[in-house]
Amino acid sequence: MSFDEIRERARLGRYPIRGGGARRAVPTFDDLTFLTASASRYPLEGYREHCATRTVLGAANARDPVVLEIPITIAGMSFGALSAPAKEALGRAASEVGTATTTGDGGMTPEERMSSKTLVYQCLPSRYGFNPDDLRAADAIEVVLGQGAKPGGGGMLMGQKLGPRVAAMRTLPEGIDQRSACRHPDWTGPDDLRIKIEELREATDWRVPVFVKIGATRVYHDVRLAATAGADVVVVDGMQGGTGATQDVFIEHTGIPTLAAVRLAADALADFPDVALIVSGGIRSGADVAKALALGADAVSIGMAALVALGCNDTVHDFGPASYADLGTTAGNCVACHTGGCPVGIATQSPGLQARLDPVRGAERVANYLRAITMETTMLARACGKADVHHLEPEDLVALTVEAAAMARVPLAGTEWIPGR
Amino acid sequence: MDIDLSTTTVRTANATLRALPPGATARLTNPAGRHNLAVGLTEEITVEIDGTAGYYVGGLSKNATVLVHGTTGWGAGENLMSGLIRVDGDASQSLAASAHGGTIVVRGDASLRAGISLKGATVLVAGNVGDHCGFMAQAGTILVGGDAGRGLGDSLYEAVIYVAGRIKDLGADARVEELAESDVELVARLAKQHGFDHIDPENVTRVASARQLYHWGTP
Ligand SMILES: Cc1cc2nc3c(=O)[nH]c(=O)nc-3n(C[C@H](O)[C@H](O)[C@H](O)COP(=O)(O)O)c2cc1C
Ligand code: SF4
Repeated sequence: MSFDEIRERARLGRYPIRGGGARRAVPTFDDLTFLTASASRYPLEGYREHCATRTVLGAANARDPVVLEIPITIAGMSFGALSAPAKEALGRAASEVGTATTTGDGGMTPEERMSSKTLVYQCLPSRYGFNPDDLRAADAIEVVLGQGAKPGGGGMLMGQKLGPRVAAMRTLPEGIDQRSACRHPDWTGPDDLRIKIEELREATDWRVPVFVKIGATRVYHDVRLAATAGADVVVVDGMQGGTGATQDVFIEHTGIPTLAAVRLAADALADFPDVALIVSGGIRSGADVAKALALGADAVSIGMAALVALGCNDTVHDFGPASYADLGTTAGNCVACHTGGCPVGIATQSPGLQARLDPVRGAERVANYLRAITMETTMLARACGKADVHHLEPEDLVALTVEAAAMARVPLAGTEWIPGR
Repeated sequence: MDIDLSTTTVRTANATLRALPPGATARLTNPAGRHNLAVGLTEEITVEIDGTAGYYVGGLSKNATVLVHGTTGWGAGENLMSGLIRVDGDASQSLAASAHGGTIVVRGDASLRAGISLKGATVLVAGNVGDHCGFMAQAGTILVGGDAGRGLGDSLYEAVIYVAGRIKDLGADARVEELAESDVELVARLAKQHGFDHIDPENVTRVASARQLYHWGTP
């Protein structure tokens, strides 16, 4: 811990809170590289040979499975953490490229329902704003057990962001510092979860798939328990995963890297061929997407990267008052989502700041970004000789570091060696 | 209409209930502790359950009346939006968890965490409640005709708990408050409405949030 961080604690008398994901260096997908085609493999032509990206989730149990045109979804980020225009923009962008977006801790807004073709509805421990009408309006349900940024912890939303609309949706007094439960109110273990999942299916007439989201800790066991409890899709969020507000110590010191989590989760699902895997936490580029798919994910989810595409940490505009400087930071380094003072109108409930975000133009940027990383993904898949991004496999990868080789269980580049094997 | 659960699956039974028009009544026989009975109802129908129901009976419902002539498992009436759930026997854990509206009545005792994260519903338990009743309850009313266990009202938000009997101890940020006339009127009305004659409205303890945990982080 730096001296500055010690001083901050000395000033506050409590743990510092912030947004964003882990900033410490951990092994990532960047530590892997693809063995693309050459003499022993045959590549596909980039400009005319098709590489499929369509992804179907939950076909085994749900009457209406989730059908995505690309294997990249927008992760759950609450209305409350994010502004209404930000939620709307994410919905528009996802719809434009044929993918799903997700509600968050605080319920579903009409804006996001209307703007999202496919909307995943979260069922969290807090149950803020959770109700059967919105449940039935959703295209999938995600029972959240945890998040990569704070596995084992509950949500929080600081008073600055609990404006009248957010407070009413959550049935909370305006302006309080919200502390949410870390455990669901009506079930505890995996046997109860099975009954809970059945209840959600009953309430929706077995129409939509049920996802279970976990923070990546004891991944192998947790994923198996979630699958045994009846999940159609398990979402595993690695330690780099972003958040709207969490204790810094949680963000930096809990969970395992996404790189390690994917392989464990994929192994855990080996006996569950009908259960799909979504992986999130630090996914930024098409290379990250392709590598996650190669290691066994069926799709990935993105949070912070979608916000950055939307304008988070952007320097383009000169905002004058209420800028990064007022939050004690600079563009490019901001993680002040918890303060509600977001200078670009994304992580705020202030009407003045929200007005800085144009949801239509913001959606264009996010849609473009999703298209771009999908192109990167298919480009890599084609170069590996795959006509479908889901055909990527661990065999297509090697590791650049011993750590990454051990975690992803692919050989160290130039060797046959997988540490521990 | 009678639906015999010894020969009908829960899924079929619930689908049948959901297809009933407003005003209809149905009886579920031989429930044998099956889970998720009468879940996700939307119309003003009456469902009687002859025996023991498992987890989440009447959960995620609105408008309906569900009468359980027996005991229930966890989460009876969880996330109820409106309508009535009445349990003649005892209720297990997390009674009325996160219920937004309507009324949940238990004529026997309720186990741990009754009224947990309550969001506006009215919860009445004639007998005793276990530990952590009203945990993080955000809005609504809980009336306990008997005694309350440990940690009553732990981390309460704006829900109010009335206890006619003894309280083992209070949870974090819960406090006893003086009874106002409006409290007595409310308790008297609820007790009369549901036949809880053993409750003396003048002699209940009102427990509400001390609101000391409302601002723990804002600088
Ligand atoms: C502003 C913000 C708010 C979030 N809110 C929620 C939430 O309400 N529920 C949830 O399950 N995860 C929430 N998350 C976590 C994301 O769903 C996702 O797991 C994470 O952002 C993935 O990591 P990435 O940001 O590196 O892509 C939030 C993340 C951010 C950045
Ligand atoms: S710019 Fe806004 S959304 Fe981005 S980190 Fe800062 S406060 Fe959060």
